[in-house]
Amino acid sequence: MDIYQLTAHEIRDMIKEKKISSKEATQSALARIHAVEDKVESYVTVLEEEALAQAEAIDANIASGEAGALAGVPMALKDNMCTKGILTTCSSKMLYNFKPPYNATVTEKLLEAGTVLLGKVNMDEFAMGSSTETSHFKKTKNPYDITKVPGGSSGGSAACVAADEAYFSLGSDTGGSIRQPASLCGCVGMKPTYGSVSRYGLIAFASSLDQIGPLAKDVTDCAMVLNQIAGHDPKDSTSVNIQHPDFEKALTGDIKGLKIGVPKEYFGAGISGDVSAAVHAALDNMKAEGAQYTDMSLPLNEYALPAYYMISSAEASSNLARFDGVKYGFRAEKFDDLIDLYCQTRSEGFGAEVKRRIMIGTYALSSGYYDAYYKKAQQVRTMIMNDFTKAFETYDVLVTPASPTTAFGIGEKTSDPLQMYMADICTVSVNIGGLPAIVIPCGYDASGLPIGIQIIGKPFDEATVLNAAFALEKTITKVKPNL
Amino acid sequence: MKYETVIGLEVHAELATKTKIFCGCKNEFGGEPNTRCCPVCTGMPGTLPVLNKAVVDYAIKAGLATNCTITKYGKQDRKNYFYPDLPKAYQISQFDLPLCQNGYVEIDVNGEKRRIGITRIHIEEDAGKLIHDDYGNESMADYNRCGVPLIEIVSEPDLRSPEEARIYLETLKSILEYTEVSDCKMQEGSLRCDVNLSIRPVGQEEFGTRCEMKNVNSFRAAVRAMEYEQKRQAEILDEGGVVEQETRRWDDVRGVSTPMRSKEDAQDYRYFPEPDLVPIVVSDEWVEEIRKTIPELPEERKARYVNEYSLPEYDAFILTSSKKMADFFDAAVKEGAKPKPVSNWLMGDISKILNDKELEPGDIPFTPAQLAKMIALIEKGTISNSAAKKVLDAMFAQPDDPEKLVEKLGLAQVSDEGAILEMVNGVLAQNPQSIADYKAGKDKALGFLVGQVMRISKGKANPQIINKLLKDALDKA
Ligand SMILES: [Zn+2]
Repeated sequence: MDIYQLTAHEIRDMIKEKKISSKEATQSALARIHAVEDKVESYVTVLEEEALAQAEAIDANIASGEAGALAGVPMALKDNMCTKGILTTCSSKMLYNFKPPYNATVTEKLLEAGTVLLGKVNMDEFAMGSSTETSHFKKTKNPYDITKVPGGSSGGSAACVAADEAYFSLGSDTGGSIRQPASLCGCVGMKPTYGSVSRYGLIAFASSLDQIGPLAKDVTDCAMVLNQIAGHDPKDSTSVNIQHPDFEKALTGDIKGLKIGVPKEYFGAGISGDVSAAVHAALDNMKAEGAQYTDMSLPLNEYALPAYYMISSAEASSNLARFDGVKYGFRAEKFDDLIDLYCQTRSEGFGAEVKRRIMIGTYALSSGYYDAYYKKAQQVRTMIMNDFTKAFETYDVLVTPASPTTAFGIGEKTSDPLQMYMADICTVSVNIGGLPAIVIPCGYDASGLPIGIQIIGKPFDEATVLNAAFALEKTITKVKPNL
Repeated sequence: MKYETVIGLEVHAELATKTKIFCGCKNEFGGEPNTRCCPVCTGMPGTLPVLNKAVVDYAIKAGLATNCTITKYGKQDRKNYFYPDLPKAYQISQFDLPLCQNGYVEIDVNGEKRRIGITRIHIEEDAGKLIHDDYGNESMADYNRCGVPLIEIVSEPDLRSPEEARIYLETLKSILEYTEVSDCKMQEGSLRCDVNLSIRPVGQEEFGTRCEMKNVNSFRAAVRAMEYEQKRQAEILDEGGVVEQETRRWDDVRGVSTPMRSKEDAQDYRYFPEPDLVPIVVSDEWVEEIRKTIPELPEERKARYVNEYSLPEYDAFILTSSKKMADFFDAAVKEGAKPKPVSNWLMGDISKILNDKELEPGDIPFTPAQLAKMIALIEKGTISNSAAKKVLDAMFAQPDDPEKLVEKLGLAQVSDEGAILEMVNGVLAQNPQSIADYKAGKDKALGFLVGQVMRISKGKANPQIINKLLKDALDKA
């Protein structure tokens, strides 16, 4: 077995036990990138020299006994997380040359923990999309079938982990952007509770929904990474000041008596038979481990998708207004005056999907329409949250599919935005509710494409969610992609 | 036709907090362009605001000092618009839940008390500044001012003349200064205002169509802009025209306002709740803590000056309209000077010099003790009033102990009766006609003779002694 195939916690332990060096782990990952990146195209920026230098420095630290908790583990960051002096493009022409003057809090925390940054990975432009096809730079492929999409928006993060091009990665999740690609690429992805991981330095899409989380090879890796990035950050007012447990230690695998709710709305029209069957098989596995599941209903969840598109687009229209060609990033070459500078820069710098969301959001916030759209959507949000609160009075976790189908073909849905938006149907309500949810592979369809299952938990109860996933994971036989 | 003017004002005051509203940058005026900012206040992608609690403290303080109700559950909102001095392309402000609401300020218009309603006070961040280059036809942005905390104080349309508006502005300024909410430095733009003005025929209940005036950078400019605008609107109505609701830009150099945008072009700011910030929850305890820190306000201080020091109402008003001035007054009185002469010097010569030099009361270079000493020198007869004016000039030029200055400038008064008598006798000998006039009852003659003695003494002889000796001599003559 090659080093690059190992999980992040195995790498961490082997480095700690001095069985391998960080440099070896880094070299192996870089070699893998060289070998498969032509096919997968998950990276926007590979930091080959920098990563090796960093690994050597960490090896020196380890020798002198001053190593962080994840010392020497190589990883990749989604290209919307600020890295000081390193390109952070959001996969947009608008930021093709943008090097932030500061590190995101997650970047800072992972560097402090001793990880090695291999590079920045591809995404849908400004995280808007479900297939990573809206990236200005490249189309990332699904490692299980390179004619299929990896999902999105954190498609690069999911693909690089699934293809063993990084031991773990971070993604961001606004409506399913970690979980849906995790599902399509057969890896583990978690969106923590809104407020548990700092958003400082995450280039915002929709501030009230965005949350950073890990994409990993297994549940243990996921817990291990979450341990490092979760926690209050004084630089983010929406990050919550509560002490989180040691998530890795919470993985006992004991789910006896765990009460699982299975909302029937997630198994209706549009959900493929393969997916539904695999999720139910997984539920039976969990039952065999001692959990009990019950069909139940989340009646208002069907309004989550429209509410999500209103709120996220409204916030995006404001968050993306700063990309105006004045201070940094792309600026149109020809313009007549100030207004024209804005118009030309934004017309040329943004792709079609981003422009569509900015227009929807601007409209929803306009005077005369605000009440009918934005305000209404916020009211729906409150009702959906109440729906969840009520459900969690009875159940410890809720289990649903992660994506209505397995990976779809590249170009299959690009001409029909509504079809594309439906790809998030299983994941958006979790962001609307601000809840933690994990996606892990629970099977494969007839053509060998991974099927994901989603476990949703109570606010700040990541430990229960992770442990349920850990117990289920033990019952699943995983298949690596054949690249 | 006779019209009544209706004015409402929106005053922006820079808060005197140590740091900016959403980041740790120092809140200081000036500095080389773009040296007083960080990724947060320049709106770099990914950065987030964190509200400086002191900003809320200061705004609540302003609210309490203007009799407002403090909002228990407030929030902040984004005001979206594009401009190169606004790096996020939105300003974080407050829309429908301002921190303070429904207050009032009492003003004194020719001895009559008027209560001016305060609709709301909200917190917001300042934008940067564009500098237009004269040579290359380029504009450059200085983001130092980005994130400087502001409060916007919106009045009800309760003001009825530019003069009332001026008094309201002065009163508000002194309240902000007293509470140390703002340092109110007009030159540095720490107090700015927008004017809303309409007119209506006297007796009509309904308001006329209002115009808003922007770019009013001083109180003086505000009064001029209001006078111009009420005249402009009256001329339109007199000619049977209709006042258009619009925003106008005041040009203080030319003394005219020009249309900026009409009601139809009014910008849609697409306000919505700022998702990067949490609600501002203000407890009763918090409000009470702040209430305790509110010092004696100008109205109370004015009353104290009238009652304790028997100063005229007008003097007390002028002194207390600037906290720095009133503090200086109190300190000089504490040093033993009599209130009335201190007040006279402050309101007279000192204010005039400050005006000429475009300084504010806080800029007085000498100490209250030095002023008290100077007044003592006058009372002891060491210097004359006119010599004191020279001492004062010297104190402004190079602050020093007045006694030393008197000596240095040779201004000590001659009070030696023998020496003065010699001069008196000399003058009398040369002016027999004046002696005759005096005897004939022409009092003016005495004045002339005093003047002559003064002239010979180069202004140093003690006028009281001259008077006494002259009278004695004339009576004997
Ligand atoms: Zn700053």
